[in-house]
Amino acid sequence: MESSALQGLYQQVILDHAKEKHGYGLRSGEAASSHQVNPTCGDEVTLHLHLGDGGVVSSVSWEGQGCSISTASASILSDLVDDLPREDVRRRIDAFRELMQSKGALAGDEELLEDAVVLAGVSRYVTRIKCAMLPWVALEQALLEGDGAEVAGAR
Amino acid sequence: MSIAISSPSQTLTARAVEGLRGDFPILTREVNGRPLVYLDSGATSQKPLRVLDAERTFALHDTAAVHRGAHTMAGEATEIFEAARAQVAGFVGVDADELVWTSNATEGLNLVAYGISNASLGRGGADAARFGIGPGDEIVVTEMEHHSNLVPWQELAARTGATLRAIGLEDDGHLRLDEAAEIIGARTRLLAVTHVSNVLGLINPVGELVRMARRVGALVVLDACQSAPHLALDLRALDVDFAVFSGHKMLGPTGIGALYGRRELLNALPPFLTGGSMITTVQLTSSEYLPAPARFEAGTQRVSQAVALAEATRYLAAVGMDAIAGWEFALGQRLMEGISALPGVTVLGPGVGEERVGLASFVVDGVHAHDVGQFLDDRGIEVRVGHHCAQPLHRRFGITATTRASAYLYTTEDEVDAAVAAIGDVRAFFGAA
Repeated sequence: MESSALQGLYQQVILDHAKEKHGYGLRSGEAASSHQVNPTCGDEVTLHLHLGDGGVVSSVSWEGQGCSISTASASILSDLVDDLPREDVRRRIDAFRELMQSKGALAGDEELLEDAVVLAGVSRYVTRIKCAMLPWVALEQALLEGDGAEVAGAR
Repeated sequence: MSIAISSPSQTLTARAVEGLRGDFPILTREVNGRPLVYLDSGATSQKPLRVLDAERTFALHDTAAVHRGAHTMAGEATEIFEAARAQVAGFVGVDADELVWTSNATEGLNLVAYGISNASLGRGGADAARFGIGPGDEIVVTEMEHHSNLVPWQELAARTGATLRAIGLEDDGHLRLDEAAEIIGARTRLLAVTHVSNVLGLINPVGELVRMARRVGALVVLDACQSAPHLALDLRALDVDFAVFSGHKMLGPTGIGALYGRRELLNALPPFLTGGSMITTVQLTSSEYLPAPARFEAGTQRVSQAVALAEATRYLAAVGMDAIAGWEFALGQRLMEGISALPGVTVLGPGVGEERVGLASFVVDGVHAHDVGQFLDDRGIEVRVGHHCAQPLHRRFGITATTRASAYLYTTEDEVDAAVAAIGDVRAFFGAA
């Protein structure tokens, strides 16, 4: 009954992540945090950025209210950035944004984005891109804040 | 209670609805390969050919500047523009000079809020002093208001030092009238309330609220966005002081709406937007202003849109507002009965058999409203998802978002049934059942 486009949007991996919510539950000791809201639906996500030795991203933790796309996106994101230099995390955020803005033209770099490529179908639905981007924007903002804190700390 | 619309005595027939659907060519289009089922008229309505033709006819044959210029076409255009005002004013039971054109309802509400604000700063002289508010005064709203009837009052309170208070809701969405009676008191200067809730689908007891406000001398501002398109509306009979509505929700174009104000109030309220066409005499350092409605219509107006909105009200009147209301109330019950019978689905607002306009907002356990809407969209069913510009209302019920199906005069029983059937399949698709 449901179209292949809808099946493509809601792949099983996405529905699973939306239920399992990897990384869910804010942990303390964060280097920075960010709260993002999707004003059209009221969905929100709060993300904590945790840094390890040498300013490497050790992990992220998050909490929020959202649709299966934004929830799965946050869950997938939290699997993707453990123990990565911040520059690599930024590269992944940029790649994910490019994928989301591709209007279905890109499949996504699986080496860089891993499970996040299953969200490629979202780029065909202009009204849902914001849902998928919400946690990634939160991480982007937290990284910026983390940079600021580090610069301030170094003075 | 409010005006007698709780059980409209008339209704459209299914056959009449099939017939008038021919006036709306968009209803034959497909969405995602499926026939369109348009259930988002609460957000914006579709437009019949007659309305589109009226706008085009004016543009083709009558375009000229109104209320300026002395040539033949300027005179004709002005007459058409003012006839449109008289038509729309008559449609809601008031006189032409009490109806101000606005871009939409939001602008109308801001016009009143800024007029009061300006009066509070001493503008408008002695006539306007009655509007002045400040610390110790209270503005009263309700927990169910659309943001457009909430945020302008928050801003007015912040600018003037007045206090904003809100009347809470019962679990079934109805206003807590006992709380209203407590809150509306000697300090209340203004009560801003919606006639019909865009989320709950209930009709507020405007008559009772007006009586409470009158007892303490407070002004009443009515948001008629969800009533003007769907019910026979008589603003004079409702005895409110100001009311707003939007053209695009009642078969008209975007960019046009109206503010009603009781004549003596409108003529005492200081202007909001200022500039050309709203003045009598302009000196280099000060000016004098026209009476209403021109005082509130600075700059070039939305002429063809006003003409088209007037045509929309003629169309609605020809179909019959009581018959439209009767049809939509029945569709509202059909939606309510169908959706509330589904396992794991909860409808906000009044229960089965209780008064409800043609809309239902609901929550599907375990599935976010965005995902519900996406699933329905795949079947060509267009509904609204999110907070419907009523975040405090959703917070009151402990949720962030709902899915809303809203009908209009062109909605069929089959469309309602198709939506109910699709909603029934949502939980299985998302593995929530």
